[in-house]
Amino acid sequence: MKSNPIKVALIGNPNTGKTSLFNQLTGLKQQVGNYPGITVERKVGSCSLGDSKNATILDLPGTYSLNTNSLDENLVIELLLNKNDNDYPDVVVVVTEVENLKRNLLLFTQIKDLEIPTVLVINMADQMEKKGISLDIPKMEIALKTKIALISSRKATGINDLKKIISNYQELSTEACLNASEIDSDYFENLKRIYPNQQNYKLWLVISQDVNFGSLNKTILQNNSFSKSDAELKRLQHKETIKRYQFINDILKVTKKTDPTIATDFQSKLDRILTHKIFGYVIFFGILFLIFQSIFDWSSVPMDFIDEQFASLSSWVSEHLPPGKLTDLIAQGMIPGIGGVVIFIPQIAFLFLFISLLEESGYMSRVVFLMDKGMRRFGLSGKSLVPLISGTACAIPAVMATRNIENWKERLITILITPFTTCSARIPVYTILIALIIPDTRVLGFLNLQGLTLMFLYALGFIMAILSAKILNSILKFQSKSFFVIEMPNYKIPYYKNVGLNVIEKTKAFVFGAGKIIISLSIILWFMASYSPKDAFYTAETTISETNSSLSEDEINDKIASFKLENSYIGILGKSIEPLIEPLGYDWKIGIGIVASFAAREVFVGTMATIYSVGSHEDEVNTIKQRMKSEIHPVTGKPIYNFASGISLLLFYAFAMQCMSTLAVVKKETNSWKWPMIQLFVMSGFAYIVALIAYQLLK
Amino acid sequence: MQTTVDQLKKGEKAIIVAFNLDTIPLKLIEMGCMEGHMVELIQTAPFGDPIFLDMNGTHLAIRKEMAKEISVEIIEN
Repeated sequence: MKSNPIKVALIGNPNTGKTSLFNQLTGLKQQVGNYPGITVERKVGSCSLGDSKNATILDLPGTYSLNTNSLDENLVIELLLNKNDNDYPDVVVVVTEVENLKRNLLLFTQIKDLEIPTVLVINMADQMEKKGISLDIPKMEIALKTKIALISSRKATGINDLKKIISNYQELSTEACLNASEIDSDYFENLKRIYPNQQNYKLWLVISQDVNFGSLNKTILQNNSFSKSDAELKRLQHKETIKRYQFINDILKVTKKTDPTIATDFQSKLDRILTHKIFGYVIFFGILFLIFQSIFDWSSVPMDFIDEQFASLSSWVSEHLPPGKLTDLIAQGMIPGIGGVVIFIPQIAFLFLFISLLEESGYMSRVVFLMDKGMRRFGLSGKSLVPLISGTACAIPAVMATRNIENWKERLITILITPFTTCSARIPVYTILIALIIPDTRVLGFLNLQGLTLMFLYALGFIMAILSAKILNSILKFQSKSFFVIEMPNYKIPYYKNVGLNVIEKTKAFVFGAGKIIISLSIILWFMASYSPKDAFYTAETTISETNSSLSEDEINDKIASFKLENSYIGILGKSIEPLIEPLGYDWKIGIGIVASFAAREVFVGTMATIYSVGSHEDEVNTIKQRMKSEIHPVTGKPIYNFASGISLLLFYAFAMQCMSTLAVVKKETNSWKWPMIQLFVMSGFAYIVALIAYQLLK
Repeated sequence: MQTTVDQLKKGEKAIIVAFNLDTIPLKLIEMGCMEGHMVELIQTAPFGDPIFLDMNGTHLAIRKEMAKEISVEIIEN
């Protein structure tokens, strides 16, 4: 008989290997989603414990304590306080690591106080011998009133012991291991009187900070003589922390031994180089160069392969399906549209690979440390660099990554400027436009001009981000205190499973997210291009052939196709915005592409493919690039995508805020529509002006 | 000798004697900033700020403005 799975929550300080343990327990059986209403990632997986028992494992965001500083940490405490939550765990697994045991145990003692069955995991046990650390586990178990699993999440040792403890979680003690209320007995007794049914430590958590806890009515407290001011509460929290550390120190004194002769200083030697005044920067920029090299150069082989595959899929579909407009939609609109996204898998995978390597190895914190002072000049924090770098993959996780910037002004500026960095959604647009307008030649013998242009666009995005930070820094007048604290974790060799799973999951999210939008948009566009409010649209074939009988059949078909496209719903819409974009050098078809891009930039290529396929009568299948190249301006007779209009379009995409998902995330993170609206109008307005100037100068 | 953390030299070790509870965030206290704990300056960033500390075994970086609020007693070697 199968029983209900045991609900397990993984909790721990950042950098304790919590995610490695999660991956070790669940493997590929995990789902990543968002908590409803907030943008905190929710990772759940299932795990077999043997004896036909199963567990669902919830990986909670890393936190240093139950005194919360951020949205992510808030979530941990709100879950642990709410027994009615669906995710409320049967058993909590607190993950700590051998070297930082003292600090990691602080969180453990807090969770123990909540009287939930709690297991203590001590990770990186394989390092103990090397570091000269020995632990007296039985003694520790008694003192901490728990069961301990000594594991190595990387070498997969001790995992079975942990599973055994989890499946017998009912045997775990739920007794607190120290009495926190001793820090002010009078105060806690008074609390007990007012809320007789609540557990003391829960009460204290709710009172001392801003978290929601269903039934508790905080207003009663405000009229009470013994209530404490914020400063007094902080003093008590300080006392509480000291008490916990005393407790932990006393235990570790008798259970943990470190042999000082073995301790190596390899870590500090590494730091002396990696955070060095000169070498530090050289190494950092070297790594950045390597990342861009991989995106622009190494990715090209798999990308060409994918391109060919999709082109042959297109022609296979058009050969094997009955000819007609619907087949055209599939073969020339949807497949190239999806191909236009799939082709970027290699680049996106490389980006996420490097970003997770930087994070996993502990190097990212050193970059923050190196760059903090310089970034502060622009109203940013060293921590802004993480969002700016991950913004080259996607602005959405980048905006979320600003959460650990403590200073609100620095954080807000970082959020506002992040969309300027060149995200992966811009790559499809850039690549195709560059291929159209920049010759494939080499300058100085070895630099590829097209690659150089792409690099220039990345630099442009970054420079714009920094400049706008500087401007925002002088405009935004509010003062907020800086609480810059960052842990500098030990260097680690990145764990392949963590990196691999992260790359797969992020790439999948990008492809499916974009894929959905592209398919639905191309269907909408196809309908809008195939129907019209005007009667003339449906009689176009006969009227045009009659009035132009002197022309050849091909020319007549061309005329019909373009007449119908111009008089369809989409043509009418496009024509109505044409006056606005004509000074930038675009025709109404590009206009439609731009409008569609406000959903997400990468749909530009698919949109153009759909529009051009409907507007053509030709049977042969061309790649989108060939179609775009052969587009001729009806008035000037020149190619639509010429140097001037191409540059103007590139600049427009570099600066305009065209991503609904980013706007939605910014709204959530800033809790107001004001900031995303400012981004939308200021960035897009600026993009328009720059594109206008560029076209008028170059044409 | 008594001083503040921002004045420490590279490799210098000290014991925390007091800190300003109003300006030091709870997070730093939880990471080990409390009276009696040892602190060592490991590295300063280029341009002298922020500073890289070993505080009670935890490696962390803080800005000088915060380090100024922590008084320490330097341990003589």
